[in-house]
Amino acid sequence: MSTASITPREQPWILPSRGVVGISCLIVAESAVFIIFVVAYIFYLGKSISGPNPRDVLDVPIVGTICLLSSSLAAYLAVGALRRNKVRICSLWLAATVLLGSIFLAGTAREWYQLIYKDGLTIRTNLFGTTFYSLVGLHATHVIVGLVMLALALTFTLFGRVSEAHAQRLDVLSLYWHFVDAVWVVVFTVVYVLGR
Amino acid sequence: MADSVPLTGALDLTSAHERRPLTLEILHAWVTTVDHKKIGLMYIGYALIFLVIAGLEAIVMRVQLAVPQNSLVSPQVFNRMFTMHGTTMVFFVGMPILFGFGNYLIPLMLGARDMAFPRLNAFSFWISVFGGLLLYFSFLGGDGLYGAGNAPDVGWFAYAPLTAKVFSPGHSTDYWTLGIFLSGIGSIGTALNIVTTIVVMRCPGMKLSRMPLLVWLYLVMCFLVFIAVGPLTAAQIMLSIDRYLGGHFFDTQAGGSAVLWMHFFWIFGHPEVYVLVLPAFGFASEIIPVFSRKAIFGYPAMVTASVAIGFISLSVWAHHMFTVGMGPGANTFFTLSTMIIAVPTGIKIFNWVATLWGGNIRFTTAMLFCVAFLFQFLVAGLTGIMLSASPFNWQLSGSYFVVAHFHYVLVGAILFTIFAAFYYWFPKMSGRMMSETLGKWHFWLFLIGFHLTFDFMHIPGMLGMPRRIYTYELDRGWGVWNLIVSTGAVFQALAIACFVINLLRSYFKGKIAGPDPWDAWTLEWSTASPPPVYNFATIPSVQSRRPLWDLKHPEDSDSKYEL
Amino acid sequence: MTWLILGESGLFDLRLVAHRWLLSVPFWLSEGRTSIFSPKGTPAHFIFGLSMFVLAITAGIFLAAGGVLTYVLIRYRHRATDSDYEPAQIYGSTQIELSWTVIPILVVVVLFLTTARVIFNTEYARKPREALDVIVIGHQFWWEFRYPKLGIVTANELHIPVSDPHHPTPTYLEMSSSDTDHSFWVPQLAGKMDVIPNRVNVMWIDPETPGLYLGQCAQYCGTQHAKMLLRVYGQSRGDFDTWVAQQQQAEKRDASTEEGRSVFLRNACINCHAIAGTVATGRFGPDLTHLAGRDTIASGAVPNTPENLRKWIDNPDQMKPGCLMPPMHLNDPDLNAVTAYLTTLH
Repeated sequence: MSTASITPREQPWILPSRGVVGISCLIVAESAVFIIFVVAYIFYLGKSISGPNPRDVLDVPIVGTICLLSSSLAAYLAVGALRRNKVRICSLWLAATVLLGSIFLAGTAREWYQLIYKDGLTIRTNLFGTTFYSLVGLHATHVIVGLVMLALALTFTLFGRVSEAHAQRLDVLSLYWHFVDAVWVVVFTVVYVLGR
Repeated sequence: MADSVPLTGALDLTSAHERRPLTLEILHAWVTTVDHKKIGLMYIGYALIFLVIAGLEAIVMRVQLAVPQNSLVSPQVFNRMFTMHGTTMVFFVGMPILFGFGNYLIPLMLGARDMAFPRLNAFSFWISVFGGLLLYFSFLGGDGLYGAGNAPDVGWFAYAPLTAKVFSPGHSTDYWTLGIFLSGIGSIGTALNIVTTIVVMRCPGMKLSRMPLLVWLYLVMCFLVFIAVGPLTAAQIMLSIDRYLGGHFFDTQAGGSAVLWMHFFWIFGHPEVYVLVLPAFGFASEIIPVFSRKAIFGYPAMVTASVAIGFISLSVWAHHMFTVGMGPGANTFFTLSTMIIAVPTGIKIFNWVATLWGGNIRFTTAMLFCVAFLFQFLVAGLTGIMLSASPFNWQLSGSYFVVAHFHYVLVGAILFTIFAAFYYWFPKMSGRMMSETLGKWHFWLFLIGFHLTFDFMHIPGMLGMPRRIYTYELDRGWGVWNLIVSTGAVFQALAIACFVINLLRSYFKGKIAGPDPWDAWTLEWSTASPPPVYNFATIPSVQSRRPLWDLKHPEDSDSKYEL
Repeated sequence: MTWLILGESGLFDLRLVAHRWLLSVPFWLSEGRTSIFSPKGTPAHFIFGLSMFVLAITAGIFLAAGGVLTYVLIRYRHRATDSDYEPAQIYGSTQIELSWTVIPILVVVVLFLTTARVIFNTEYARKPREALDVIVIGHQFWWEFRYPKLGIVTANELHIPVSDPHHPTPTYLEMSSSDTDHSFWVPQLAGKMDVIPNRVNVMWIDPETPGLYLGQCAQYCGTQHAKMLLRVYGQSRGDFDTWVAQQQQAEKRDASTEEGRSVFLRNACINCHAIAGTVATGRFGPDLTHLAGRDTIASGAVPNTPENLRKWIDNPDQMKPGCLMPPMHLNDPDLNAVTAYLTTLH
């Protein structure tokens, strides 16, 4: 009895990287969660019995959006730099990503402060309040998680712990960040463009 | 038939000279393991414990319902029983046991050494365990406002607004929400692991079209998990926001919609039952060919049908809502989509029958369970067709006919194939054969009990008996049928006892199995029983769907016929 | 199914034939008071016809597929005298697989079209001008019925006129809930329709003969879901008009029960219950103006006798544990008086 026969392969047996497949699966699963919140938001548009309406209190967050979308570009450039073993440039772009993401978050915080204290819109005010804070809040939570991970990655690069061999892992993280940005595009369109 | 030397020709002698480990060391090894085989076994053991607990909950219900106007338990207790029975069986028996088998078998069938993310594997398991324990802690710690607490009693699908704070004060509903939320995280983790393993860890030569059908079915199942669990998680977050932050997602007083919860729940709930049944199809697709001594008939069609079932199952959810008043357009659409899913499902049944045709069928215990599965799944599918006809559904939904139908699928199809899987793969997992005598007792007792209970359960449904009632009127004529249904539960309990005894006795005293006791054809049978921790001494390379058939029948190997 | 479009007189005969002789539905299944196979109203008849058709098809599929499976298991079983041969490995057959794809698709098409027709017949049926309107409000754990055009409010027992097929007078139910989800199910008259808060669902029923039609709530709504029973009294035109006239009157005052009346009016009863013509206008619980005319109390759970009524008022939880009426903590004289008063409310 011999081992299962090994015949010479015409092509090398190459399969995708596990990190990319794994994060793609996670993205599909998270998308399902977001889609339901978006559906609830759209369903309840115009159905609030009382209280502030979107068009009365929402200002389009242009600056924050530009920052967030640019941060995706910065993340992409960070990964590219690391692939070419340019660790310092990578850490620069990572810092830019974290900075831009934080500006977005700060913008959201300011917006919420205004909504709660000036316009009197809270999660319990009406259907708009409930769906708005849930959807934007869920997205913001994912932004925070992403920023924490990016900050960690940045710290590791600053301490000289990161090299070209880790490019794959940083790519996986950047895919998550691109997903977060893609979700923002949808949320932005639904809440600030269509919903108003 | 059985070889004492594994086909790969490698024997693991490393453990022969170690000292016997202490109990504490064994425990530590299990708790900290990241080995897919150990995690798989823990999933299965955990699920079996909950199977017994949920079974006891069912017995309480059946004794209460055996006669009309019974007062064995109060309505409050009964309502908790059916909520916990359903929730436990779906989330803490069905999902874990199937993830357990998947965890154990998939790397072996793919010729890999472990899953793609071993630590994620362990994390997913332990968070599911935590979810289950949290749900059951509700029996002890659920007290809340007005002393109303205790275990959840809102039904396994927790319709709003019954779950709102005003109608469900206390924390019982929150235990339901949290327990399932945590198990959902575990499910997504394991599903992610399985998909990644399948995509990136197949051994050389194993193209997707050469994977065992079980692996294909788990692949489709995991995609359904990604798409289905999210909506439930989202709905539960919304429910918690309603209950604790004053939100109005399902608050009908503020303009919220009770029907929205139903849509979200069933967008999860229907794919969920396909999540449960697809691995069952996988078990049948591995076991039936081996005991017919023939390759599966129509492998490409089986794969296509499975993928089709996965896709179509995402479009049928509102057949659980035909009585909600969605309007004729929606009712018609969901009738159509539900009837369409019968086509690929029927194709699978026909292919199994065609596999049996012309074979040399051996009725081992595993095969007996698969044969029963074929008949029972056929019936379950047909009662499903009855329910898909929306006006017929207006009479049958919410009644014991539906309860009979879905138990026919969950027990008659899924649990039967799970039993078959036990008898088939226990030798691989433990190195010993299960007792065929006890196995046959298990089979026949369970078959009688199953049919006594679930065949006759259709009748009270047709006579107008709704679900979730703790008792019923004397003048409806439901008493005699309920008594027969309850009697079946006794047989099932005895059968499960046989099964547990068989498991324990065989583990210690069963006949040594060897690597390939069934003369089977997939890669897990090419290594020792139980496999060494690294699975294969050398990673195999394959040229067909049945690598061991090719080795045993070089003159007639599959690789000559497969496209 | 041609009988679905035949004139009403032909309809009944064929239904009787199908009803009795189709083997797939044993005779005794149609005997129950709440059997779905004992239709006594048009929607239930539509569903019955469809169900017979579906049952016939599924029975045929079961016999065919089950028969082949049984044959295969017997014919190809391994016998002790057989050698351990490996049979011919057949991997598939395009022709066979195509045929068992196409045939099920055709069956699905036929089934679907038949079903769609019944859906539209039921849901888009034209509402006759003589239809009776009733508003149904589901509560935890009782039914409120209002007849807006007749000025009647009652509970738990629904009186409606029978409907003559030549001159239909169906009852249109507009249903909503005041709290959780419920479902209105009287199997002999129609399929069920859910009763949902913040949503109005409409269904129609038309009993063909006078009689009592039983049903109950069919969507889990809380602790006493099991005892939220339904009693639909189909009445001839004359009887129904008499009942309406009686219900339209306000409270019947009787000098002998003045004491009980004042007990009622000075206790918390008036917070939840209403009696027309008094200051009691509570809407949380059933309207009691004509309580004595009902056969049951506690939404069908208990027969309406003075003893039961007394026990109910004293401690409702004993008869219907978990219901939302609290025990009234009345002393015995008050309890007797108020019971006596309520039994005079015809």
